[in-house]
Amino acid sequence: MADATLVEAIDLALARAMQEDARVLVLGEDVGRDGGVFRATDGLLARFGPGRVLDTPLAEGAIAGLSVGLAAQGFRPVAEIQFMGFAYATIDQMLNHAARLRTRTRGRLSCPMVLRTPCGGGVHAPEHHSESGEACFTNIPGLRIVVPSSPRRGYGLLLAAIRDPDPVLFLEPTRLYRAMREPVSDDGTALPLDQCAILREGGDVALVGWGAVVREMLAAAQQLAEEGVAAEVIDVATLVPLDAASILASVGTTGRCVICHEAPLTAGFGAEIAAQLAGPGLLSLLAPVERVTGWDVVMPLPRLERHDMPSVARIVAAARRSLRHG
Amino acid sequence: MAQAADTKKRGKPRANASAGANSGLTRDEWLKAYRDMLLIRRFEEKAGQLYGMGLIGGFCHLYIGQEAVVVGMQMALGEGDEVITSYRDHGHMLATGMEARGVMAELTGRAGGYSHGKGGSMHMFSKEKNFFGGHGIVGAQVSLGAGLAFSNWYRGNDRVCVTYFGDGAANQGQVFESFNLANLMKLPAIFVIENNKYGMGTSVDRATASRDLSRNGAPWGMPGVAVDGMDVEAVHEAARAAVAHCRAGKGPYLLEIKTYRYRGHSMSDPGKYRTREEIQKMRSEHDCIEGARHRLEALGVSEAELKKIDDEVKAIVQEAADFAQSSPEPDPSELWTDILVEG
Repeated sequence: MADATLVEAIDLALARAMQEDARVLVLGEDVGRDGGVFRATDGLLARFGPGRVLDTPLAEGAIAGLSVGLAAQGFRPVAEIQFMGFAYATIDQMLNHAARLRTRTRGRLSCPMVLRTPCGGGVHAPEHHSESGEACFTNIPGLRIVVPSSPRRGYGLLLAAIRDPDPVLFLEPTRLYRAMREPVSDDGTALPLDQCAILREGGDVALVGWGAVVREMLAAAQQLAEEGVAAEVIDVATLVPLDAASILASVGTTGRCVICHEAPLTAGFGAEIAAQLAGPGLLSLLAPVERVTGWDVVMPLPRLERHDMPSVARIVAAARRSLRHG
Repeated sequence: MAQAADTKKRGKPRANASAGANSGLTRDEWLKAYRDMLLIRRFEEKAGQLYGMGLIGGFCHLYIGQEAVVVGMQMALGEGDEVITSYRDHGHMLATGMEARGVMAELTGRAGGYSHGKGGSMHMFSKEKNFFGGHGIVGAQVSLGAGLAFSNWYRGNDRVCVTYFGDGAANQGQVFESFNLANLMKLPAIFVIENNKYGMGTSVDRATASRDLSRNGAPWGMPGVAVDGMDVEAVHEAARAAVAHCRAGKGPYLLEIKTYRYRGHSMSDPGKYRTREEIQKMRSEHDCIEGARHRLEALGVSEAELKKIDDEVKAIVQEAADFAQSSPEPDPSELWTDILVEG
């Protein structure tokens, strides 16, 4: 089992999926000869050839639409959009076609495509290279949204996404691409979709989030442990469909919840989780639900970025506020 | 709305707007072109250095090699004409007369930058200079450019809008949507494809089935010409013709300006898609600034005069770099400014 970064784990999963299933095609801007803007498709062209690794023109809407057409014919296209800010151009195709093909055809056709894109801040890039735009997609029934939080989870979840019979928006946190290495077993084992992962158990407060911020949640949990507080860390992993049951079960024990995401606060996906807690979870709550998120601002440049993104200190402070109740 | 606009009278073409048979540059124009191109070159070299020193966050797309395009275009424009472009935009800003120090300070994310350190390399604007950005979504500014041109047409003035985009962007759907609209409405829009041969790592012949980008507006009847973008005089001549066409109310015009970027797409480009020899050949045989220098020498401009320009440019760039490092960082409270006007 070799150590891999997230970007290497993505590459491994793509190669594995292409090897095991000839229907899997990789397409996007510079994914072939250049191996992708972040090198997530490095080596695939040499190994699988230009018939299966397709450099496309710079046209995001067409890349998404082409993928829908391929998927409708039974292929399993995995399209790369270079940055999340460029993925907004695909919303028309993803919303109006990819996510609705199964419903419109009453199940006669499906759309087993994956749209991969880096997301999130912390890489000192401006605006559309640092966006956390998941909430623009979470209100689209029929579209699955998956976010890994580590190399190992990236490998397993991407394989699951490619094998899934429906369209998946797969969001890869840019700042995790090369932030760490961990052992990744390239044995073709997928991780389950539509399930939260409990990364650390604890009975005092639940920290709930996804993607890169999970690292800050884990660090916050460690810090809280030193203060004698046992925090449970829940990696949501699949935003839609949401595994609310796991979150409700955890908060059923802790009675306290801190939701963390990089995206802006208002109508961020944390609001949906908070609504679940205010509904079926209401009688479990011992404290108001806390949300630690980006502010309602445009993702700023590096020198202000650290003030926008959820920090360990902000997560710890929110947990402490929560613990002061009851 | 279009009906209302139809009744408005368009301004008269300017006296100097007609494309003369001989639109070659005068000695003074050559001096200006040389100085403006050199300023962009030296500015970009300095930006590359500052990036290497870790002083510039985010992305940084250098214009080195392409200077003749914006300088030749800008010299054909007049007061009030608009310019809009994509993210390889430092040269365009300098060409429109925006201050080097404000641009450089924006690159370093400082309060003294054109966007107060919140826009960065790709997002700067100057209302005073009619520079409408600096845009990061490839090709998306082309529709905006059509809108700027529409406003000129609607107001009945004789201004033109120059919209720049690259060969990569030329394949985006909304570029063609904008072409159709601009031709349908006869908008005073000059569309400039800066064809530097590569959209990131994909060469133009691998990205488009069109073998002649200057003909990309042909289905809508838009005139277009291909221009040697390494020759500022050729660019200027083509620009004058395009401007005259637009000012005369004849509708949009397409220029495919064939150019070349010496540096990578951005600062993190491994450059595996072309050879060093290819770059070297362009630099040594077609460089626009070297070409201008030779021309000036032939016109009898002395070494001392050229050195004076070099020194002036060097001083501007150094001052900009100093300012970009000494200007304070934006206050954290800036994070919440200019999002919405509170009701």
